[in-house]
Amino acid sequence: MMTDLSALSALELAELVRTHQVSAEEVLDANLARVEKVDGCPGALDADLSPEDANRVHAFITHTNDIARRQAREVDARIANGEAAGLLAGVPFTVKDIFCVRGTPSTAASRILENFVAPYTATPVARMNAAGGVMLGKVNLDEFTFGSSSESSAFQPSPRNPWDLSRVPGGSSGGSVAAVAAEEGALSLGTDTAGSIRQPAAFCGVVGMKPTYGRVSRYGLIAFGSSLDCPGPIARNVKDAALMLQVIAGADKADATTAVKPVPDYLQDIEKGVKGMRIGLSPDYFRITFPDPEGGEYVEQPLPQEISDAVYKAAEHYKAMGAEIIEDVPMPNTRFGIPVYFVISRVEAASNLHRFDGVKYGYRTKEAVRDLTEMYRHSRGEGFGLQPKLRILMGMYVSAAQYSEQYYQRALKVRTLIRCDFEQAFDPNGKYKLDALLTPTTPTPAFEMAAVYGDSVMMQYADQLTVPANHAGVPGISIPAGFSEDGLPIGIQLLGADFNEATLLRMARAYEMTTEQEDWRKKKPAILEGK
Amino acid sequence: MMKNKDDLISQDVFDHLVDLAAFKLADDEKDYLHEQMNHQLDAIRELEAIPLPEELPVTTHGVEYGKDGKPALRKDEWTACENTKEILSQAPDLEDNYIVVPDIPTTELE
Repeated sequence: MMTDLSALSALELAELVRTHQVSAEEVLDANLARVEKVDGCPGALDADLSPEDANRVHAFITHTNDIARRQAREVDARIANGEAAGLLAGVPFTVKDIFCVRGTPSTAASRILENFVAPYTATPVARMNAAGGVMLGKVNLDEFTFGSSSESSAFQPSPRNPWDLSRVPGGSSGGSVAAVAAEEGALSLGTDTAGSIRQPAAFCGVVGMKPTYGRVSRYGLIAFGSSLDCPGPIARNVKDAALMLQVIAGADKADATTAVKPVPDYLQDIEKGVKGMRIGLSPDYFRITFPDPEGGEYVEQPLPQEISDAVYKAAEHYKAMGAEIIEDVPMPNTRFGIPVYFVISRVEAASNLHRFDGVKYGYRTKEAVRDLTEMYRHSRGEGFGLQPKLRILMGMYVSAAQYSEQYYQRALKVRTLIRCDFEQAFDPNGKYKLDALLTPTTPTPAFEMAAVYGDSVMMQYADQLTVPANHAGVPGISIPAGFSEDGLPIGIQLLGADFNEATLLRMARAYEMTTEQEDWRKKKPAILEGK
Repeated sequence: MMKNKDDLISQDVFDHLVDLAAFKLADDEKDYLHEQMNHQLDAIRELEAIPLPEELPVTTHGVEYGKDGKPALRKDEWTACENTKEILSQAPDLEDNYIVVPDIPTTELE
């Protein structure tokens, strides 16, 4: 039987390529054939949408087949010459279109960057290329990453969930997770500012990791919330995520916020199990608090049973493997994660997005204008979609001199409280001494397309269980943990102490190994089953 | 829950922000953005109820690097840019390697 190369893991592919069993070009061809079969048209501005679009994934904005072909041939040439081909030899991957890659359109899924061709390459992408990775293309996202469903992209059609094409893939790294789930590349490079890797990973049944802030360089990432943004790996299994993190992590002199701590070998101890590890459960992660869309009053709700059950079941597995489960760990400031985020991320977004003005690059209005000010107004008014505009205006409001103390300064202090929750939970001399906190990743499985889009507040609350890690800077990983009654993937999340990615990956792998034979592991996304 | 009018972002403040942000907006965009801002402000107001100790420091990013973890700042050194043409070619309007913009409004000082 012919092996379907697009279904193999990154580790398997790199090994096959390095040992001359298949060529990087053969791997590329298999993946391009898969893209051709399942993806449909790439996202485009002012696209004529058709009902047929609902039957495809639409992960991509830009296919980079020529670059991929060149990279695959280089890998094959290196191997033919007996040279080291790298950890990702011949492994096809996609890049969220929020990263600059030299010579490619780098759009941030926004009209304002429609014609911007990056003059340099982001560090994590450069590292993947240097390790032998083969870039299939740039994938879709919420405009400037502002969303949790990928529907706000100016490049339509927006990506769909490969498990159920009537559902969103989540966001903002929706194209990345959809591509990986639909086996269009083994890996994808995403970013996580409030949960934008973990939330969509949970929605699409893949593994997504937000590393510690400063673990992976942000050089070449089009900035949103500079104190929160984290590039990270998306993969179909934990070992592939570890492999990818290995490649992209580490100090970068082009990003002064990267930590100079050495990068450990993430694969070395990944299968050594969880015996003796302390894993916490917090009641604060089993309920959500959100403003009632009707009356505006805050309501607190327990999570849906099937979401909570997935976490408790995982805790039982961990206990059976020798971990100690610590219940009732207080994380009382979890509920403030979203309101704090509404302030901090908006202020940072407003600051970062003022640079787009139609002067040096990107979109400039075609309207006849009187002067420079009018050119700015037209260019920004026409170039930005609603979500960037909303963030810019809100950021300016809450950081205005007369409101800053009331909103921005207060939010920065509440951020300290959120950070303290984690410090107490992970303190090796404290009461809980946790190695990780085990939580649900999302309050619900993937929602229907258009069900939430437009309500910027409810959309944001999809990130309620992921955003605290961004405020605190700590690492987190979402891994698949079964399916809802509707057949939609459910994700569970492990959160750890600063720079403890290796521990989280080891725990995640332990769960993967212990559930390997369970029936739900055999399921494939509907798009791959031809449904 | 009835909202106090003073708790909302007024039309004047909204218009001022739109002006500062340099956006030309259609009327339906204005309505949506104004409504959503007030909606978000409701969520943000939840923070007002949290008792904060006077001495509580702010957190501007999550992770303390410690003495050994922080990278050294780069030296402030001039380096040649290799692809100036590639960068300048991105400009929407370029003439003799100058980026062209419409007239810059000026105000006569008294």
